Amino acid sequence: MTDYRIGIDVGGTNTDAVVMDGDDNLLAKTKTPTTEDITSGILSALDVVLDDSGVSEDELDYVMLGTTHATNAITERRGLNEVGVIRIGAPATQSIRPLLEWPDDLAAAIGNNVAILDGGHEFDGRLLNDLDEEQVRAQIREFADVDAFAVTSVFSPVRDDHETRVAELIREEVGDDVPISVSNEIGSVGLLERENATALNAALTSVASEAANAFVEAMDERGIDANLYFGQNDGTLMSVDYAIRYPIFTVASGPSNSVRGAAYLSAVENGIIVDVGGTTTDVGAVTEGFPRESSVAVEIGEVKTNFRMPDIIAIGIGGGSIVSTDDGVTVGPQSVGYKLTEEAKCFGGETLTATDLEVAAGTIDIGSETPDVDAEIVEAAREYVRERVEREVDRMKTSAEPVPVVIVGGGSILVPDDIAGASEVHKPDHYEVANAVGVAIAQVSGEVDRIYSLDEMDREEAIQHAKDEATDNALAAGADADSVDIVDVEEVPLSYLPGNAVRIKVKAAGALDH
Amino acid sequence: MTVEIGVEEIEDIALGATVLGTGGGGDPHVGKLVAKQAIEEFGPVELLPPDELDADDFVIPTAQMGAPTVSVEKLPGGQEAVASMERIERELGKTADATMPIECGGINSTFPFAVAARRGLPVVDADGMGRAFPELQHETFNIYGVSGTPAAVSDERGNSCLIETDDNDQLEWLARGVTVRMGGVAYVSDYPMTGAQVKETAIPGTMSLARDLGRALRLAEDDAMSAIREVTRESIYGEARSLFEGKIVDVQRRTERGFVFGHVDIDGLDSDEGSTMRIEFQNENLGATVDGSYVATVPDLITVLDRETGGPIPTESLRYGARVRVLGIRTPEIMRTPAALDVWGPASFGLDATYEPLADHP
Repeated sequence: MTDYRIGIDVGGTNTDAVVMDGDDNLLAKTKTPTTEDITSGILSALDVVLDDSGVSEDELDYVMLGTTHATNAITERRGLNEVGVIRIGAPATQSIRPLLEWPDDLAAAIGNNVAILDGGHEFDGRLLNDLDEEQVRAQIREFADVDAFAVTSVFSPVRDDHETRVAELIREEVGDDVPISVSNEIGSVGLLERENATALNAALTSVASEAANAFVEAMDERGIDANLYFGQNDGTLMSVDYAIRYPIFTVASGPSNSVRGAAYLSAVENGIIVDVGGTTTDVGAVTEGFPRESSVAVEIGEVKTNFRMPDIIAIGIGGGSIVSTDDGVTVGPQSVGYKLTEEAKCFGGETLTATDLEVAAGTIDIGSETPDVDAEIVEAAREYVRERVEREVDRMKTSAEPVPVVIVGGGSILVPDDIAGASEVHKPDHYEVANAVGVAIAQVSGEVDRIYSLDEMDREEAIQHAKDEATDNALAAGADADSVDIVDVEEVPLSYLPGNAVRIKVKAAGALDH
Repeated sequence: MTVEIGVEEIEDIALGATVLGTGGGGDPHVGKLVAKQAIEEFGPVELLPPDELDADDFVIPTAQMGAPTVSVEKLPGGQEAVASMERIERELGKTADATMPIECGGINSTFPFAVAARRGLPVVDADGMGRAFPELQHETFNIYGVSGTPAAVSDERGNSCLIETDDNDQLEWLARGVTVRMGGVAYVSDYPMTGAQVKETAIPGTMSLARDLGRALRLAEDDAMSAIREVTRESIYGEARSLFEGKIVDVQRRTERGFVFGHVDIDGLDSDEGSTMRIEFQNENLGATVDGSYVATVPDLITVLDRETGGPIPTESLRYGARVRVLGIRTPEIMRTPAALDVWGPASFGLDATYEPLADHP
């Protein structure tokens, strides 16, 4: 079996694609401009790498895609579902209604249908209030016109009974066609943030299913009969069905793909990854080959959420960054972005960019002309970039120990090879398409993040329960049963609560199911 | 002139309270949203200077107490603190003329505004901690002889518990136990007092100080330090001074008895290069040393700011690599008397230090 696979990563500026064989050798790569209708950019990238690699359409087994559909839909408030947001927790929680802190236009875009109904649990799993099934049914009927439901119950990460039951009642009342998002499958403790993430997920299911259908059709047209996977923001893959149910997990999958790809290309399993793009540089951390997660609430479209997101710091420096000499020499955050080939001096434009400096210094050779730039300015700009990158690398570290640093992305040339605080600096081959490599080599994963009361079961039992559930989630996402391993177990005792509460996070990952 | 607190002022108070919270006091986010929704529903709240209280006016402070993990999940129903207040009113046969915060840092700086909006009462511009502290006896009300009881603790289901004790340490002990049984978070009314007692024992002006600090930080372009200095200069607190600038090189934390203990080490930058600051904390920042010698201790305020954005950093968010500026603010006279230092001086938190009031900005 050849196992040819294509990895495609859609970024704000470029769509990158690679073809890899079953031994993860890279056969072809390309960088093409991202198009407004994302699909046509993907198809042209696909055509280029197929052509270059000599692999034919019918030899492809897998196509992996990292996209920005979901992120764009939230930012642009486009194509979002009208959502029935149901919270189970009364008489508690009524002092802060759902969507209270959402931007008005985003809340309006999902229809502003909110309800707080009886039910929920305490932190130790005791009942907070009974679920009132007649009240739930009446509310569902009142939300008759919504496109999707988002259900969040108090302490559902401890006990999901009420969310599960409400989902059953929705099925009974409105049938099988309306998507339902339940919060315990999306986020962790922190009701508002978990509810926000669940409502956003419910709002995105139509966008996700349209995007997925468009790709499946495009593949069919090209005569490609391959398995299609989507990249998710923990650096692993999910099946098309899974992606349609959990579109929120595709948000920020791009930086995660870069972290995975950089780790793979450099063979650095633990360290700091610097991905230099056209407009920004993303600094992230890799732990045992996977992106480190952020420990604080992350905002999506100005809404606070608490589901797992990669720990990434973005700084406004990239190949298209505008160089200013007004007040000392500075680089960015203004950028010519995707207009580099029109506006940068090396392409005959009027704007001095970071790329122009390197062309002037002779380190790269692109464009139509060599800008005339004072060597002192080049030196000062390089120092500026070095300082900013060094500072963010330092912030991503967890201690003063020097760690390996891997530099990838199209603008890698801007960052010097000797970075303070780095034990070694790697600029691996194929650095410019690390994100597409990252999605092409990705595994399929499942996660669990729950609170257990060790009064009810012992510690081993609780961890085994979490491991089993994480494995089931990985299988549901499309992993091969024989290859699934537990890759991470994290245990946080919640010692300020009685009842021996402990929060257990487990991640399982495996190869793609054949 | 009547000062009204609307939605925008609540935002400012919540931000200012992160400076006065000295790293603790709980996430002000939930308290802020509860107050915002109540004000949207019931209208703005009057902020009443304590010297406008009549001697026999009746004031009942209100607060939330409990575990942070629970308070971000089981959000308040909204009636709990009102129920606690009404239980005390029934007990004493008097109706409250105002409510008041028991602390001016973190969640409890904004929470009483929700109670006030629902009841149509003013909030007294004062509190009993002048910052954030961990326990209910850490109150000027306690220090200067106000009984914490009768106190009432309520939950969202309408359960209430009335507490009568001889001393205020017992109040803390019993109320903490009831809070656990109520699911880890509960809503308390305690230290019911007269207008005369408020004037004698409360720290005046702390709510308007939090609001002014928040507004100054919101409007400060890039010089948070000057903004904070300007506001504190006009207050009964000392003028904020910069104690240290540097980079966090180590953070140690451990959880014991429901509190987070630990310390953070900061290596100096620029004029502090070559020196190291250590800040010890128990939920809130307690003491700061430079190269082993104390430069600030409780009850004075020690607040860590992000060196670039000027945003205050709570202790749970301190992490390796952050560039910070540490500022110190001397607390008012009423918080520094021998009686006050017995309750919250360095020794009461196990620090081997003698309290020296911080000087103003040099």
